[in-house]
Amino acid sequence: MSEMVKQNKIEGILAEFPDPAALISAAEKMRDAGYKKFDCHSPFPIHGMDKAMGLKRSPLGWIVGSAALFGTSAALGLQWWTSTVDYRLVISGKPFFSFQAYVPVTFALGVLLSAFAALIAMLVLNGLPRLHHPIFYSDRFAKSSDDGFFISIEGDDPKFDIEKTKAFLESIGGTNSEILKET
Amino acid sequence: MSKGITDSGIIPGGEAPLIEKNPTFGSITEEISRITERKTPGVWYLALGAAVSLMFVLFGSIGYLVFEGVGIWGLNNPVGWGWAIINFVWWVGIGHAGTLISAILFLLRQRWRTSINRFAEAMTLFAVSCALIFPAIHVGRIWVVYWMFPVPNQMSMWPNFRSPLLWDVFAVSTYFTASLLFWYTGLIPDLATFRDRAKTKIRKIVFGFLSLGWRGGNRQWKHYELAYLILAGISTPLVLSVHSVVSTDFAISILPGWHTTIFPPYFVAGAIFSGFAMVVTLTIIARKLFHLEHIITVSHLEKMNKIMLLTGMMVGYAYSMEFFIAWYSGNIYEQFVFINRAFGQYAWAYWIMISCNVLIPQMFWFKKLRRSIPVMFIASILINVGMWFERFVIVVTSLAQDFLPSSWDYYSPTIWDISTFVGSFGLFFTLFLLFIRFLPMISMSEVKGVLPQADPHHAGGDRHE
Repeated sequence: MSEMVKQNKIEGILAEFPDPAALISAAEKMRDAGYKKFDCHSPFPIHGMDKAMGLKRSPLGWIVGSAALFGTSAALGLQWWTSTVDYRLVISGKPFFSFQAYVPVTFALGVLLSAFAALIAMLVLNGLPRLHHPIFYSDRFAKSSDDGFFISIEGDDPKFDIEKTKAFLESIGGTNSEILKET
Repeated sequence: MSKGITDSGIIPGGEAPLIEKNPTFGSITEEISRITERKTPGVWYLALGAAVSLMFVLFGSIGYLVFEGVGIWGLNNPVGWGWAIINFVWWVGIGHAGTLISAILFLLRQRWRTSINRFAEAMTLFAVSCALIFPAIHVGRIWVVYWMFPVPNQMSMWPNFRSPLLWDVFAVSTYFTASLLFWYTGLIPDLATFRDRAKTKIRKIVFGFLSLGWRGGNRQWKHYELAYLILAGISTPLVLSVHSVVSTDFAISILPGWHTTIFPPYFVAGAIFSGFAMVVTLTIIARKLFHLEHIITVSHLEKMNKIMLLTGMMVGYAYSMEFFIAWYSGNIYEQFVFINRAFGQYAWAYWIMISCNVLIPQMFWFKKLRRSIPVMFIASILINVGMWFERFVIVVTSLAQDFLPSSWDYYSPTIWDISTFVGSFGLFFTLFLLFIRFLPMISMSEVKGVLPQADPHHAGGDRHE
């Protein structure tokens, strides 16, 4: 294998772990060893993994909150402008700006924009959609969406070193470790 | 990996397991993916053929409606709202269970929802698709339907935002869109599973594209879980608001029998009631056909029956409270409408409604009946019959005999009313059959997450409580 290594850029190392508990304790050891660009892959989210990996809370709430604020104010603005400025009609003697009647549409558009923001911002924060990723060079990785638990380390992590990192992953319980490179 | 559960399948903690037969992560993937990967069963083609034929009945009826006008329906003075609005409210109501299961039960941390949420959310989307057809076609001149949206136009007109009919446009279309986005968000990890299992080139391309490059790393799960939580959080008030807004179509008017403040909660309870009934009807068929009895267990169905018992009684409370208020208000028109509902020319519809919606769910007080598949299957169908008649009673009785006796009339549908409604089932089942054939009908990633071995404290055996 090592002849091939010279030809293609090494993108990272992938190692497999037996179950969620092993993955979470390995993540803690990775964090404590000072690795930064590593990720823990599992078929479902594992409770407590953010803390084990030392990750900060997702900023998604702020993004969606801003979208909601924008959606509601745009909706209220639209209703105010159309019925008091651009198209004034007296309907059942109600005031032009009958804000009580504008609540349902304001709420609905706030929700609509938030829903789009939640999905789109989640994808953008995750760097998706993405057609390819070096991790898919691995054949074993297909298991990660089935019943496999993996840790990947990217080649540009400051602490990355093929031999040492690989040995470290094996020392914390990783098996079937493989080097990710174009084949 | 499934060690740690005793042979009887009981978690040492005491509660019965959510998923039976001690599945592993791999067996969940296998069982659910296999349904879409194996050769298409012949019975599926038969069912699709029947559904598509019915769908063409719908399209044909709509075509004739557009050609001829709403006069082909049984509408006339004084009943200007007939089956179209009844069907609309009925289909939207059915959709509500899906969102309740996917959003509200998620926020309430009801882990049993994972077995049925994908299925119920799909049902929501398809039911709301059917619902959206009716208000769109009942406007008569369908080519100017865009007037309902705030689109700048050459007439410098804007919609009247003070009208509940316009609120409906926004509420229901937002509901459909938000449900679709929520559903798709939930599907992404499972689509990645399909991508990773794909053997044929077409499946590789299609699922590779749809799964958007999902890698299941915790750095992705972190944002994903928060997005899912937020979508659940915004869908919860949305689902409560949608049927409230639908009820204001009636409640904002001044017609006796419609103009009551109980309508929004009463409609929401009724919507959840009928929606759960539809989920039960469909899951009973699907779990049997696809041998998923250990994933969608009788306990899941029992829990849904309990919700039907609860919401059925809320609806029953609303029926009696309407009578009480009619009497207590001292308003003679209001009193007339309600006495007329129960004993007038539409009494038959009223008593179908009462029997199906109030009496039938009372069986679910008994555990034996609540856990009996044939009983709940028949009950769930009857409940949806009853809920259709509830909307019929509300719409038709208040209109047919209004303030002026000289304009009273008896409303009956024409063949086109019936064909449009029956045809809408064709659309619903066509979409449903395509869904169960091509997409994972149970959320694999969520079901794996509620297995006992998914808990990181489980494998070592040291369950710290």
